[in-house]
Amino acid sequence: MLRFAIPVVVLVGLLALLGYGLKLDPREVPSPLIGKMAPAFDLPDLAGTVRVTPLDLQGRPVLVNFFASWCAGCQVEHPVLMKLAREYGVEIVGMDYKDTPEAAQQWLARHGNPYRSLVADQQGQAGLDWGVYGVPETFVLSADGRVLYKQIGPMTEQAWREKIAPLMTPGGAS
Amino acid sequence: MAEIGHFALILALGVAIAQAVLPVIGYVRRDQRWLAIGVSGAQTQFALIVLAYGALSLAFVYNDFSLVYVASNSHSALPLIYRLSAVWGAHEGSLLLWVLMLTGWGFAVSLSSRRLPSDIAALVLATMGSISVGFLLFMLFTSNPFERQFPVPADGRDLNPLLQDPGLIIHPPMLYMGYVGFSVAFSFAIAALVTGKLDLAWARWTRPWTTTAWLFLTMGITLGSWWAYNELGWGGWWFWDPVENASFMPWLVGTALIHSLAVTEKRGVLKSWTVLLAILAFALSLLGTFLVRSGVLVSVHAFATDPARGVFILAFLTLVLGSALLLYAWRAPKLVSDGAVELMSREGLLLLNNVFLVAAAAAVLIGTLYPLVIDALGLGKISVGPPYFNAIFLPLMMPLAVLVGMSAKVGWKRARLRDALWSMRWVGLTSLICAVLLPFVLERSWAWLAMFGTLLAVWVMIGSLLDVIHRVRSKRDRWAALRSVPLGTWGMTMAHLGLGFWTLGVTYAGLFSVEKDVRLGPGQSAEIGAYTFTFQGTQHSEGANYRADLGTVIVERNGRPIATLHPEKRLYPSQGSVMTESAVDHNPRRDLYVALGEPIGESGEWALRLYYKPFMRMVWFGGLMMFLGGIAAASDRRYRLERRVPNPVAAAATQAAT
Repeated sequence: MLRFAIPVVVLVGLLALLGYGLKLDPREVPSPLIGKMAPAFDLPDLAGTVRVTPLDLQGRPVLVNFFASWCAGCQVEHPVLMKLAREYGVEIVGMDYKDTPEAAQQWLARHGNPYRSLVADQQGQAGLDWGVYGVPETFVLSADGRVLYKQIGPMTEQAWREKIAPLMTPGGAS
Repeated sequence: MAEIGHFALILALGVAIAQAVLPVIGYVRRDQRWLAIGVSGAQTQFALIVLAYGALSLAFVYNDFSLVYVASNSHSALPLIYRLSAVWGAHEGSLLLWVLMLTGWGFAVSLSSRRLPSDIAALVLATMGSISVGFLLFMLFTSNPFERQFPVPADGRDLNPLLQDPGLIIHPPMLYMGYVGFSVAFSFAIAALVTGKLDLAWARWTRPWTTTAWLFLTMGITLGSWWAYNELGWGGWWFWDPVENASFMPWLVGTALIHSLAVTEKRGVLKSWTVLLAILAFALSLLGTFLVRSGVLVSVHAFATDPARGVFILAFLTLVLGSALLLYAWRAPKLVSDGAVELMSREGLLLLNNVFLVAAAAAVLIGTLYPLVIDALGLGKISVGPPYFNAIFLPLMMPLAVLVGMSAKVGWKRARLRDALWSMRWVGLTSLICAVLLPFVLERSWAWLAMFGTLLAVWVMIGSLLDVIHRVRSKRDRWAALRSVPLGTWGMTMAHLGLGFWTLGVTYAGLFSVEKDVRLGPGQSAEIGAYTFTFQGTQHSEGANYRADLGTVIVERNGRPIATLHPEKRLYPSQGSVMTESAVDHNPRRDLYVALGEPIGESGEWALRLYYKPFMRMVWFGGLMMFLGGIAAASDRRYRLERRVPNPVAAAATQAAT
């Protein structure tokens, strides 16, 4: 009887998906955006008073960090971001992804705020355009607004030292 | 020393190959001597893995930093207990623990194999041997914990501070015991498919093993949740993280399996379904391993990943599950059940319970893999968060609770819905009264959801006691009657009571938790309801391998002090990471939870997070009850009785072998 073969058919589909997933490995595959201009967005800041676009991020290298109050990985990377902001004076722009401003404000009040500016991406539209797989993800933007690097998953001190810090110095960002 | 461990692993691989292949040849040639190799193979293999595991543990105890794995996960200042638990603190060692448990289960099966027909025992052990071959190859080729490095570093990089917590000492072993334990049910399923002997005896052999695996998994998940609550410092206890889901899916399917095994044993029906569940429970355990260790999904739990590992596990998954399910497709049509199933009967409702449990597991699976599917189809990138899971999971659990409550009043074979409901009228009425009153009495609330949750919880709790009450009430000597209730019934009663407590906890902690983020200087206070939290400032304190800011918060209720809490913010210098240790004052009625946020300014002010969580303990207490219920059910006398009754097939086999 054919119905007893259903599980094996489902398995084949699942395995194909997982095999493809290995190729898509979110930590290994570089973003296709690297070297290109940061994708456009026009979104309110967290307070809802000012609108922010990528033009506002130009003129100096910045980190653009997609985070959310509901995200466990963001909790993990948070102390690292705090350290980058406080000790190294890195400018971090927070993209609050699929979240409510109230929840994000609470989260920041609770853990501390490493962000110099905050953008509310409530619908996740900017995340979609930027190719965000899941929060947290962090993009390194050069002074002329190009994507230099994308960190998938929590920011770590090692990633900062080895990959990101060299890109953020004026000489390295060419 | 490390080389001895490495060598033991290689030897174990050889033994595992023999254990996987020779008994099968024995089965084909009907040769008892070859069949018996399964037993000695399983025992030798276990001894070798114990040796390897001991070698790695000693390397941790003596801080042998020439081993890459020890250097990456330990530190000379790390307390001994954490050096021992660091053995499973990362990928390679946790894999060794996994294999240790797999061979341990094999060892246990081999000890009880005399109760089984020799061909079944041999095929079960051969299947377990081949699973072991896969994991040993995986370990030796991609993840060897005994790899040396020169020059030897002066000190280690330390264990991830997140893992330096008592909860984490026992959480992974419990979880792995559960995962790996389902390999026994899986192997029994394979043996049944190969031999075509799927009878009541098969269900009886499989049941205690399945229940034992399930109770470990239950405890593992409960501890994980308790750990996350204490250690992650934001008051949550379940996050629907991919790795949590990976442990929850086998639990749901394993729960379904326990119930369908009961039906197969009692009524001889649902055989092919039971076998499929036994395969699926282990399949989902393996899938969990794949998700955690291959890096296809982003998670807080993810181990350091390496594409070669992902490819290997995927190939292994394909081989094990592909052959199991092909075997199923080929042989399962021959497993004819001896009767039809009426929906309105105990077996019918148990089947319905299976449908809900498996649907819930499928929903969790879909949510977990959905980002991957969407990505693979080129439809964009999305992430799935708790809103999806809560919206889909909780509605699936509600009918389940209704069913659990009435299970005692619905008989086997055929029952009448009207009779069952009528006999439940007092239970229903009591639940309804509690549902209306409890939320108001406890929380001054008339919220519908709270009433509904209470209704289900009380319904489940009273309903689960009915079976025992029924057995005792009609007897004259009630005490004797109470003692004659079989352990299996006690186990079911406790596990179902646990579900009731869990429901109560989830309802109240979910609906009535109060959270306050406050900024307090020394001496200042904040209030939640009748509770006043007074911050006394922080002191510096030194731990064995960390520095901490130790806060003091005095909690008063209506002006009377009831607790002094010490939340901590720890810095682990060897890894430069900061950890939050929250402090909790708890009783069954409520948790008061304080976590230190960040210091603000120089004046000693801190951001603090305060929580009031009613009935929070019930969530874990429910898990604990299920765990204890599992122990009771697995140790029911009738599983042990058989030992005294000589098994004719086994007796014949021993005679043939001598």
